[in-house]
Amino acid sequence: MTVVAHYGWRGWLAQRVTAVVMLLYTLFLLAVLVSLPQIDYDRWHALWSLSVVRYATIFFVLSVLLHAWVGVRNIFMDYVKDTGLRLVLYVLVILTLIGYGVWTWQILWAV
Amino acid sequence: MSKARPKFLNLLQIRQPIPAVVSILHRISGALLFLFLWIFLIGLQRSLASPESYLQLKAFIDEPLVKLVILGLVWAYLHHTFAGIRHLGLDLRLGIELPGARMTAYAVLALALGLTVIAGVLLW
Repeated sequence: MTVVAHYGWRGWLAQRVTAVVMLLYTLFLLAVLVSLPQIDYDRWHALWSLSVVRYATIFFVLSVLLHAWVGVRNIFMDYVKDTGLRLVLYVLVILTLIGYGVWTWQILWAV
Repeated sequence: MSKARPKFLNLLQIRQPIPAVVSILHRISGALLFLFLWIFLIGLQRSLASPESYLQLKAFIDEPLVKLVILGLVWAYLHHTFAGIRHLGLDLRLGIELPGARMTAYAVLALALGLTVIAGVLLW
Protein backbone atom coordinates (compact mmCIF):
# COMPACT_ATOMS: atom_id res chain seq x y z
CA MET A 1 0.00 0.00 0.00
CA THR A 2 1.23 3.45 -0.82
CA VAL A 3 0.59 6.12 1.74
CA VAL A 4 0.78 9.56 0.24
CA ALA A 5 2.11 11.93 2.85
CA HIS A 6 2.42 15.44 1.50
CA TYR A 7 4.11 16.72 4.64
CA GLY A 8 7.30 15.05 3.44
CA TRP A 9 7.57 17.54 0.61
CA ARG A 10 6.60 20.45 2.83
CA GLY A 11 9.22 19.50 5.39
CA TRP A 12 11.86 19.24 2.69
CA LEU A 13 11.05 22.73 1.42
CA ALA A 14 10.71 24.25 4.91
CA GLN A 15 14.14 22.90 5.82
CA ARG A 16 15.72 24.71 2.90
CA VAL A 17 13.85 28.00 3.18
CA THR A 18 14.56 28.24 6.92
CA ALA A 19 18.20 27.32 6.27
CA VAL A 20 18.60 30.30 3.93
CA VAL A 21 16.89 32.64 6.42
CA MET A 22 19.22 31.47 9.21
CA LEU A 23 22.26 31.83 6.97
CA LEU A 24 21.33 35.41 6.05
CA TYR A 25 20.65 36.30 9.70
CA THR A 26 23.99 34.80 10.77
CA LEU A 27 25.84 36.96 8.23
CA PHE A 28 23.76 40.00 9.26
CA LEU A 29 24.52 39.54 12.97
CA LEU A 30 28.22 38.88 12.34
CA ALA A 31 28.44 42.06 10.26
CA VAL A 32 26.70 44.07 13.00
CA LEU A 33 28.96 42.64 15.73
CA VAL A 34 32.12 43.25 13.74
CA SER A 35 31.05 46.85 13.04
CA LEU A 36 30.74 47.62 16.76
CA PRO A 37 33.94 49.31 17.95
CA GLN A 38 33.69 47.59 21.33
CA ILE A 39 30.96 45.84 23.23
CA ASP A 40 29.81 46.90 26.66
CA TYR A 41 26.40 46.59 28.30
CA ASP A 42 25.05 49.93 27.03
CA ARG A 43 26.01 49.28 23.43
CA TRP A 44 24.77 45.67 23.63
CA HIS A 45 21.45 46.77 25.13
CA ALA A 46 21.05 49.54 22.55
CA LEU A 47 21.73 47.07 19.75
CA TRP A 48 18.91 44.77 20.87
CA SER A 49 16.54 47.71 21.27
CA LEU A 50 16.64 48.32 17.52
CA SER A 51 13.47 47.14 15.82
CA VAL A 52 15.41 45.80 12.88
CA VAL A 53 17.48 43.55 15.15
CA ARG A 54 14.42 42.43 17.12
CA TYR A 55 12.28 41.56 14.14
CA ALA A 56 15.18 39.95 12.29
CA THR A 57 15.84 37.86 15.42
CA ILE A 58 12.21 36.81 15.81
CA PHE A 59 12.18 35.81 12.15
CA PHE A 60 15.43 33.90 12.68
CA VAL A 61 14.19 32.13 15.82
CA LEU A 62 10.96 31.09 14.11
CA SER A 63 13.12 29.60 11.37
CA VAL A 64 15.29 27.82 13.95
CA LEU A 65 12.22 26.33 15.65
CA LEU A 66 10.65 25.11 12.41
CA HIS A 67 14.01 23.80 11.19
CA ALA A 68 14.60 22.02 14.51
CA TRP A 69 11.14 20.46 14.35
CA VAL A 70 11.68 19.01 10.87
CA GLY A 71 15.19 17.82 11.77
CA VAL A 72 14.32 16.24 15.09
CA ARG A 73 11.23 14.61 13.57
CA ASN A 74 13.44 13.06 10.89
CA ILE A 75 15.82 11.71 13.54
CA PHE A 76 12.96 10.19 15.53
CA MET A 77 11.45 8.68 12.37
CA ASP A 78 14.77 6.94 11.73
CA TYR A 79 15.53 5.60 15.19
CA VAL A 80 12.32 5.37 17.24
CA LYS A 81 10.37 2.42 15.88
CA ASP A 82 7.60 2.39 18.49
CA THR A 83 4.77 4.60 17.19
CA GLY A 84 3.38 5.47 20.62
CA LEU A 85 6.75 6.51 21.99
CA ARG A 86 7.49 8.47 18.82
CA LEU A 87 4.23 10.42 19.17
CA VAL A 88 5.01 11.22 22.80
CA LEU A 89 8.44 12.48 21.78
CA TYR A 90 6.90 14.58 18.99
CA VAL A 91 4.54 16.25 21.46
CA LEU A 92 7.38 16.95 23.91
CA VAL A 93 9.53 18.49 21.17
CA ILE A 94 6.66 20.61 19.85
CA LEU A 95 5.80 21.92 23.32
CA THR A 96 9.47 22.64 24.03
CA LEU A 97 9.87 24.54 20.76
CA ILE A 98 6.71 26.59 21.33
CA GLY A 99 8.02 27.36 24.82
CA TYR A 100 11.31 28.57 23.34
CA GLY A 101 9.38 30.80 20.92
CA VAL A 102 7.40 32.44 23.73
CA TRP A 103 10.57 32.78 25.80
CA THR A 104 12.41 34.51 22.94
CA TRP A 105 9.54 36.92 22.48
CA GLN A 106 9.65 37.76 26.22
CA ILE A 107 13.42 38.30 26.16
CA LEU A 108 13.34 40.60 23.15
CA TRP A 109 10.34 42.66 24.19
CA ALA A 110 11.68 43.11 27.74
CA VAL A 111 14.68 45.00 26.34
CA MET B 1 21.35 -13.92 -6.63
CA SER B 2 23.25 -15.99 -4.12
CA LYS B 3 21.89 -15.83 -0.59
CA ALA B 4 25.26 -16.72 0.85
CA ARG B 5 26.86 -13.41 -0.01
CA PRO B 6 28.91 -12.17 2.92
CA LYS B 7 27.36 -9.27 4.76
CA PHE B 8 29.29 -6.85 6.91
CA LEU B 9 27.14 -4.10 8.23
CA ASN B 10 28.77 -3.04 11.46
CA LEU B 11 28.62 0.71 10.84
CA LEU B 12 31.17 1.38 13.54
CA GLN B 13 33.78 -0.83 11.90
CA ILE B 14 33.28 0.05 8.26
CA ARG B 15 35.61 2.85 7.21
CA GLN B 16 33.10 5.46 6.11
CA PRO B 17 33.67 7.60 3.02
CA ILE B 18 34.26 11.28 3.82
CA PRO B 19 30.83 12.46 2.56
CA ALA B 20 29.24 9.93 4.93
CA VAL B 21 31.28 11.31 7.84
CA VAL B 22 30.15 14.85 7.01
CA SER B 23 26.57 13.61 6.73
CA ILE B 24 26.44 11.87 10.11
CA LEU B 25 28.19 14.86 11.74
CA HIS B 26 25.51 17.06 10.16
CA ARG B 27 22.92 15.03 12.03
CA ILE B 28 24.89 14.90 15.28
CA SER B 29 25.65 18.65 15.23
CA GLY B 30 21.97 19.38 14.51
CA ALA B 31 20.86 17.22 17.42
CA LEU B 32 23.41 18.93 19.70
CA LEU B 33 22.22 22.39 18.68
CA PHE B 34 18.63 21.38 19.41
CA LEU B 35 19.56 19.96 22.84
CA PHE B 36 21.46 23.14 23.75
CA LEU B 37 19.02 25.73 22.36
CA TRP B 38 18.13 26.81 25.90
CA ILE B 39 21.78 27.83 26.52
CA PHE B 40 21.59 30.43 23.75
CA LEU B 41 18.34 31.81 25.17
CA ILE B 42 19.61 31.96 28.76
CA GLY B 43 22.76 33.66 27.50
CA LEU B 44 20.78 36.27 25.59
CA GLN B 45 18.46 36.85 28.52
CA ARG B 46 21.28 37.24 31.06
CA SER B 47 23.24 39.52 28.74
CA LEU B 48 20.30 41.91 28.44
CA ALA B 49 18.51 41.73 31.81
CA SER B 50 20.73 44.23 33.69
CA PRO B 51 24.33 45.53 33.80
CA GLU B 52 24.93 43.19 36.76
CA SER B 53 23.68 40.06 34.98
CA TYR B 54 25.73 41.11 31.94
CA LEU B 55 28.92 41.18 34.04
CA GLN B 56 28.00 37.91 35.76
CA LEU B 57 27.58 36.26 32.37
CA LYS B 58 30.93 37.66 31.25
CA ALA B 59 32.64 36.17 34.32
CA PHE B 60 30.84 32.86 33.77
CA ILE B 61 32.02 32.70 30.16
CA ASP B 62 35.61 33.12 31.42
CA GLU B 63 35.50 29.66 33.07
CA PRO B 64 37.60 27.22 30.98
CA LEU B 65 34.93 24.52 31.10
CA VAL B 66 32.26 26.95 29.88
CA LYS B 67 34.59 28.05 27.08
CA LEU B 68 34.93 24.42 26.01
CA VAL B 69 31.15 24.01 25.87
CA ILE B 70 30.87 27.23 23.86
CA LEU B 71 33.55 26.01 21.45
CA GLY B 72 31.70 22.72 21.07
CA LEU B 73 28.56 24.63 20.14
CA VAL B 74 30.53 26.92 17.81
CA TRP B 75 31.83 23.83 16.03
CA ALA B 76 28.32 22.36 15.84
CA TYR B 77 26.94 25.62 14.39
CA LEU B 78 29.78 25.89 11.86
CA HIS B 79 29.68 22.27 10.77
CA HIS B 80 25.91 22.25 10.51
CA THR B 81 25.99 25.51 8.50
CA PHE B 82 28.71 24.45 6.06
CA ALA B 83 27.30 20.94 5.64
CA GLY B 84 23.91 22.62 5.06
CA ILE B 85 25.33 24.90 2.38
CA ARG B 86 26.92 21.85 0.77
CA HIS B 87 23.53 20.15 0.89
CA LEU B 88 21.84 23.09 -0.85
CA GLY B 89 24.54 22.81 -3.51
CA LEU B 90 23.77 19.12 -3.95
CA ASP B 91 20.07 20.02 -4.36
CA LEU B 92 21.10 22.31 -7.21
CA ARG B 93 23.15 19.43 -8.64
CA LEU B 94 26.41 21.14 -7.75
CA GLY B 95 29.21 18.78 -6.73
CA ILE B 96 27.27 15.56 -7.15
CA GLU B 97 30.08 13.74 -8.96
CA LEU B 98 32.32 11.75 -6.63
CA PRO B 99 35.52 13.86 -6.84
CA GLY B 100 33.57 17.09 -6.26
CA ALA B 101 31.47 15.54 -3.49
CA ARG B 102 34.66 14.37 -1.75
CA MET B 103 36.34 17.72 -2.14
CA THR B 104 33.40 19.71 -0.72
CA ALA B 105 33.06 17.20 2.12
CA TYR B 106 36.72 17.75 3.06
CA ALA B 107 36.16 21.51 2.76
CA VAL B 108 33.20 21.37 5.17
CA LEU B 109 35.20 19.40 7.75
CA ALA B 110 38.25 21.64 7.42
CA LEU B 111 36.35 24.95 7.46
CA ALA B 112 34.32 24.00 10.53
CA LEU B 113 37.35 22.72 12.47
CA GLY B 114 39.63 25.54 11.31
CA LEU B 115 37.20 28.31 12.23
CA THR B 116 36.51 26.60 15.57
CA VAL B 117 40.24 26.71 16.33
CA ILE B 118 40.33 30.41 15.39
CA ALA B 119 37.30 31.03 17.62
CA GLY B 120 39.13 29.18 20.40
CA VAL B 121 42.20 31.38 20.01
CA LEU B 122 40.04 34.52 20.09
CA LEU B 123 38.11 33.25 23.12
CA TRP B 124 41.24 32.43 25.15
